[in-house]
Amino acid sequence: MKSFTYERARTPAEAAAAVARTPGAKFLAGGTNLLDLMKLEVETPTYLVDVQDLALDRIENTGEGGLRIGALVSNTALSADMRVRRDYGVLARAIQAGASGQLRNKATTAGNLLQRTRCPYFYDTAMPCNKRAPGSGCAAIGGYSRQLAVIGSSDTCIATYPGDMAQAMRVLDATVETVNARGATRAIPIADFHRLPGDKPERDNVLAHGELITAVTLPPPIGGTHLYRKVRDRASYAFALVSVAAVLQRDGTGRVCFGGVAHKPWRVEAAEAVLPKGARAAAAIAFADARPTEAARFKLSLATRTLAAVIAEGKAG
Amino acid sequence: MAPVMFGVSRREVLVTGAVSAALSSFPAEAHPAGGEAGPPAMPVSFKVNGTSHALTLDTRTTLLDALREHLHLTGTKKGCDHGQCGACTVIVNGERINACLSLAVQHEGDDVTTVEGLGTPERLHPMQAAFVKHDGYQCGYCTPGQICSAVSVLQEIRRGVPSHVQSDITAAPQPTNIEMRERMSGNICRCGAYSNIAEAMAEVAGERA
Ligand SMILES: Cc1cc2nc3c(=O)[nH]c(=O)nc-3n(C[C@H](O)[C@H](O)[C@H](O)COP(=O)(O)OP(=O)(O)OC[C@H]3O[C@@H](n4cnc5c(N)ncnc54)[C@H](O)[C@@H]3O)c2cc1C
Ligand code: SF4
Repeated sequence: MKSFTYERARTPAEAAAAVARTPGAKFLAGGTNLLDLMKLEVETPTYLVDVQDLALDRIENTGEGGLRIGALVSNTALSADMRVRRDYGVLARAIQAGASGQLRNKATTAGNLLQRTRCPYFYDTAMPCNKRAPGSGCAAIGGYSRQLAVIGSSDTCIATYPGDMAQAMRVLDATVETVNARGATRAIPIADFHRLPGDKPERDNVLAHGELITAVTLPPPIGGTHLYRKVRDRASYAFALVSVAAVLQRDGTGRVCFGGVAHKPWRVEAAEAVLPKGARAAAAIAFADARPTEAARFKLSLATRTLAAVIAEGKAG
Repeated sequence: MAPVMFGVSRREVLVTGAVSAALSSFPAEAHPAGGEAGPPAMPVSFKVNGTSHALTLDTRTTLLDALREHLHLTGTKKGCDHGQCGACTVIVNGERINACLSLAVQHEGDDVTTVEGLGTPERLHPMQAAFVKHDGYQCGYCTPGQICSAVSVLQEIRRGVPSHVQSDITAAPQPTNIEMRERMSGNICRCGAYSNIAEAMAEVAGERA
């Protein structure tokens, strides 16, 4: 690990200012992703600003009838909150499907959204990777790509967003709230938060350097049956090959978002419009522009079947 | 996974060399790391198994390395050092975490419990006794992490923290075999003592029910 200085910020504005004025600075929340990457020298920050004292660890009711989740609320606390379990079940389920009990105790809401890809070449500093070292090339194209994207990828990067929670945030139309060094706040719809790689695969999302996530807000509950189905190589403690977050209504309509298939949570509203016709019809629209590698092609039929299973589960329960 | 590191790593050597460059207070401003003064070091204090410790550490030192290399509490094990195996599981402020994915300096003022703090050879914690009784290990390397995790799992179930295998997530979780297996999935055992670990946990859960 490269050496770094460390400081604990006392206010969100102070944290944002400290990172913004220092090239190479990063926020540190739980540390479960950042420290892992620092050990491998995939990330080499020179200055860490620890945000744990910012009092952003509360879940509050909003005036509109939704929830405001502080950036530092742990994954365990969020998925155990009775309001979340009752009204936003897809979110509780998606979190519980991710990582391990130990990691969820430490992982934060903001850190989870910002976790980096699990592309094996991103982790291997001996290999070219445009996301880690812009311009160096992409070892995954033509390499081992079974876990990687089938849609929305570019000629420079075919990585996926690896997390679970974000698919639930996407079907719930969450909003990411931020503050920058000048104290200016932004509310970013989750749909616009994660990016496609395009020609800048080093940028996972739209945050600027030094822009601090303060909270994630959820609109009022939308009812329906909340499901999260994750398909992986073992029954627990593995990243998704494909996942489906869904909120399904009695009349067969609903919202669905796929994980494990793209550089961002993959929700296509036009596909949701045909959900009552079944999984095949919806997946055909959601994945109409798919460009899978041969090794990852199986994800297309897997996504269709996972959606079919989710729809069947929704009807049964 | 990264190679398993036993013994003294280069980082430890650096840490030792850096103690003399300790800062007397938290730095107010960023300054470039690794200057002439050597790698940045900082004071940190936390409680381990009820005893307060004040250390000055290279900022890179993980909680795991602080426990093992600086406080010589070697019960907590280093397996993968990347949060994938659970051998380093300790309990911080009542919650289990991977000590390898946490910097020591993140734990100012915290209360840490390691396997050494749960029980002693003369007075075993009920979970330690149940692991012995049910053969919850073979080589024993993952055992301290398994035991810290198992103790926390039963607390999490009592606190009502739901899990992936619950069909009704608004219901209170029960200490069933499938729940133990799911909740213990962050602790890998290469000897495959999983079913015996689940039985040890069931016994302790039953006693407390
Ligand atoms: C073995 C293993 C298995 C895992 N399995 C899964 C899985 O199955 N599913 C899953 O979803 N996840 C999984 N994870 C990932 C885990 O969920 C993330 O590591 C965790 O959510 C990150 O949260 P954190 O608070 O620890 O983030 P950190 O590591 O502290 O930070 C991550 C990034 O976010 C930035 N950041 C943190 N807080 C803020 C803020 N408030 N504003 C702006 N930037 C911020 C940091 O600078 C850093 O770049 C796994 C991790 C491990 C190690
Ligand atoms: S797919 Fe993206 S993350 Fe993976 S090697 Fe290529 S550029 Fe890097």
